[in-house]
Amino acid sequence: MGGKHYLPLTDEDRREMLSTIGVESIEDLFSDIPSEVRLQKELDLPPALSELEAVRHLNSLAAKNKHLNNCTSFMGAGVYDHFIPAVIKHVTGRSEFYTSYTPYQPEISQGILQAIFEYQTMICQLTGMDVANASMYDGGTAVAEGAIMGCGSTRRSKALVSRSVSPFYRAVLKNYFSSRGLDLEEIPLKDGHTDFSKLEEMVDDQVASVVLQQPNFFGLAEDLDGVADIIHNHNAVLVMSVDPLSLTLLQAPADYGADIVVGEGQSLGVPPSFGGPLLGIMAARQKFVRQMPGRIAGETVDSEGNRGFVLTLQTREQHIRREKASSNICSNEALVALAAAVYMAALGPKGMREVAEQCLQKANYAREKITALSGFEPAFPGFNFKEFALSIPGKPEELNKKLLQKDILGGVDAAPFYPELENTMLFAVTEKRTREEIDTLVRELEGWK
Amino acid sequence: MRKSKALLFEMGRSGRQGYSLPSCDVPEKPLDELLPQKMQRSEPPDMPELSEVEVIRHYTELSTRNFGVDTGFYPLGSCTMKYNPKVNEEVAALPGFACLHPCQPEETVQGALELYYNMEQRLKELTGMERFTMQPSAGAHGELTGLMVIQAYHRHRGDHKRNKVLIPVTAHGTNPATVTMAGYEVVQLPADERGNVDLEALKEAVDDTTSALMLTNPSTLGLFEEEITEMARVVHDKGGLLYYDGANLNAIMGYARPGDMGFDVVHLNIHKTLSTPHGGGGPGSGPVGVKERLIPFLPVPLVDKKGEQFYFDYDLPDSIGKVQSFYGNFGVVVKAYNYVCMMGAEGLKQVSTDAVLNSNYLASLLQKTYTIPYDRLRKHEFVVSAKPEKKKGAGAGDIAKALLDRGFHPPTVYFPLIVDEALMTEPNDTESKETLDAYAQAMEEIAKDIDKDAEKVAAGPHYTVVGRLDEVRAVRNPVLRWEKE
Ligand SMILES: Cc1ncc(COP(=O)(O)O)c(C=O)c1O
Repeated sequence: MGGKHYLPLTDEDRREMLSTIGVESIEDLFSDIPSEVRLQKELDLPPALSELEAVRHLNSLAAKNKHLNNCTSFMGAGVYDHFIPAVIKHVTGRSEFYTSYTPYQPEISQGILQAIFEYQTMICQLTGMDVANASMYDGGTAVAEGAIMGCGSTRRSKALVSRSVSPFYRAVLKNYFSSRGLDLEEIPLKDGHTDFSKLEEMVDDQVASVVLQQPNFFGLAEDLDGVADIIHNHNAVLVMSVDPLSLTLLQAPADYGADIVVGEGQSLGVPPSFGGPLLGIMAARQKFVRQMPGRIAGETVDSEGNRGFVLTLQTREQHIRREKASSNICSNEALVALAAAVYMAALGPKGMREVAEQCLQKANYAREKITALSGFEPAFPGFNFKEFALSIPGKPEELNKKLLQKDILGGVDAAPFYPELENTMLFAVTEKRTREEIDTLVRELEGWK
Repeated sequence: MRKSKALLFEMGRSGRQGYSLPSCDVPEKPLDELLPQKMQRSEPPDMPELSEVEVIRHYTELSTRNFGVDTGFYPLGSCTMKYNPKVNEEVAALPGFACLHPCQPEETVQGALELYYNMEQRLKELTGMERFTMQPSAGAHGELTGLMVIQAYHRHRGDHKRNKVLIPVTAHGTNPATVTMAGYEVVQLPADERGNVDLEALKEAVDDTTSALMLTNPSTLGLFEEEITEMARVVHDKGGLLYYDGANLNAIMGYARPGDMGFDVVHLNIHKTLSTPHGGGGPGSGPVGVKERLIPFLPVPLVDKKGEQFYFDYDLPDSIGKVQSFYGNFGVVVKAYNYVCMMGAEGLKQVSTDAVLNSNYLASLLQKTYTIPYDRLRKHEFVVSAKPEKKKGAGAGDIAKALLDRGFHPPTVYFPLIVDEALMTEPNDTESKETLDAYAQAMEEIAKDIDKDAEKVAAGPHYTVVGRLDEVRAVRNPVLRWEKE
């Protein structure tokens, strides 16, 4: 039988226990399952593997994949190949953390509670917001829940979302909205940026939330000067999706008037893992806290006046408020939030700034070099952070095939999400890419087609 | 020794650093050329500067202030806090899994797709369902996905008046919360005196506005719904569908399958049943399985196989779309898959056998001292009512704190709501008889302590790093972040 090493009961234990219970056999313990629904066969699963065999099997599956450690990646679109310091896995690998669950019993969960409190604080410091939760599933669900929060707080049922917001997030948003019977409209693009004049036309007193992204899906910094005013004039809420790593360099969302800040936290020391587990971040101004979904840790004192931490404002949550809860979220991405906290603690404001600046410099170096080649043009004018869109002289799929032969994971094709953007590709360049790697990419692109 | 721990923000010193980066090797441009000044941050965030040693000592100390399954017995009901095999962590960290970008070309991720494909085959067999999506990131996310699929099914048939979802009074909080998120109204069903859903109430409640019945079986009382076949018939007869909250599947693997009970949609909590850890609150993974007629509505993409090639199938015109940015919590699925591979059919059945045996055994021991309502066979968990103890001056919450002092993680308290002073106890398959005996003895001692000096028990815990924390104060005067004095 498989997994015996995880099952401590012996046959003798089982016999003694059955007799304590006062039944004859194991079968008797299952006699409450009506015979018509009893499984009349054994499960048909492949034979059990020993630990060694399982590791071999999983190794063989892993070996069939190319990955960021044996290729040079220029893929982004919301998930990036950033450097992850060794400290992170040593902290998240402490089993007091990873084998615990939601800290319902604070007196024996001070570790995770304090770590969450510190995480919340650092997310607030980066965004300029007053409160942050820990956490949402990913950037997409954070965007959707952020827009719903706006509906809850304004008691309106419509949101606008810019087409420059990640199509991955918009897909989730659309689904959440249509299921709940909320309305969603898209603000068109202008040169790869949100068309703010269209936003001005579209926003009215029916609109609850306006969702924008900075930097946007094409890696471009949007000019958000005055945008919040347009939105606030209609008492609507500005929901900003951000890359937290960019916030040591780019203006804090609070400074341009964001009300709710959401986003994907993967850039904070989290491996890409084929797109999950990721980290949905969410922060907001104080007045939205009652509508905020998810776990929030708060400071308090114990019976002797010692500082301690607890989950708080739980009347927002499903286990107390049931159908009136602000969200159904229960299990979240706590361990990933812990990883992000360790990342922020290790890098500090200076380290994160250095990473962000290197991304900016390297991405712009790459963009300049590539667009000097004939046939490669910037798809849009503007300022790029760590990613840029190029119009290329052929099919992205074919280019990626060619690059793959050199163990380069090329860019992301924009056309599946923007049919009008044929032969357009997104390239991401993080601090991890060396000049040599970028130059190699440029050489490979040169003369293609 | 009671003490609080310094916060990160009270440590460190300007000029320290906990990282090392290569220097920038491309020619650098002045910042203002690359980014207009008005888009730049004016003030650096006020975050701490720490050396690596300080970071590690800080988090190591925090970890000693935290209790996990590896620390000790963790019978937190409904959460299936079983042992998490160490090898799970190792395989999920393989670069061939952890370092995959979600937009990589299919030919470069064949192993990942094969793993998803294999996992789907195993989950189908385990549950009796016909297709699975791994996209939902947790149980509640699976519930939402499942209700979206059900909604799409009804809408597709032009059946627009189904605006209600039935849930039993014993349901987990995520069930009613999900119903609201999916734009439905909740209709709550009472329990009968055996702890089953009241069948007569169900019959009365079901009509042509019923979209679905959501059910956990065994229920959160740890009881198998004995009338499940009839319940399914009643709901199906009126055109409604059955949703299975699989949080409690650990009780019945190899013994019964939701697919055979008449359920149309199922979610599993693989962070529970299939042993991936809970991570201090997550990440989890909540795969959703459906019967044939609901397959067209599943989220895109599904994973399929053509010849020897695995691929993402986006060609589902009636799909609800997406519920997560990419393909779900792949890293968690890797762990669960590894577990299923190691356990095999016989092992998984033994898991449920031992989970149920441990639960009935522990209940028998506790019954000598405590009240356990619904005197019948239990599945993987049971609910103690500390109502008599509460009358003496120490209720479920106080008993929980007394357990902390004895080195145990307490059961889930005050849930399910229909049991007064509930202590919902799930011992799991990975615990030894000695552990259960020791826990039962601790519970007996606590009962005696309550008889002797309930006030002292109610003032606990006495031996934890911090004393009983003032949760009321945390709500009245919310301090949700550190701020400079
Ligand atoms: C019965 C039941 N249903 C649903 C859930 C929700 O699962 P998750 O926390 O993974 O969202 C839980 C656990 O938390 C549960 O116990």
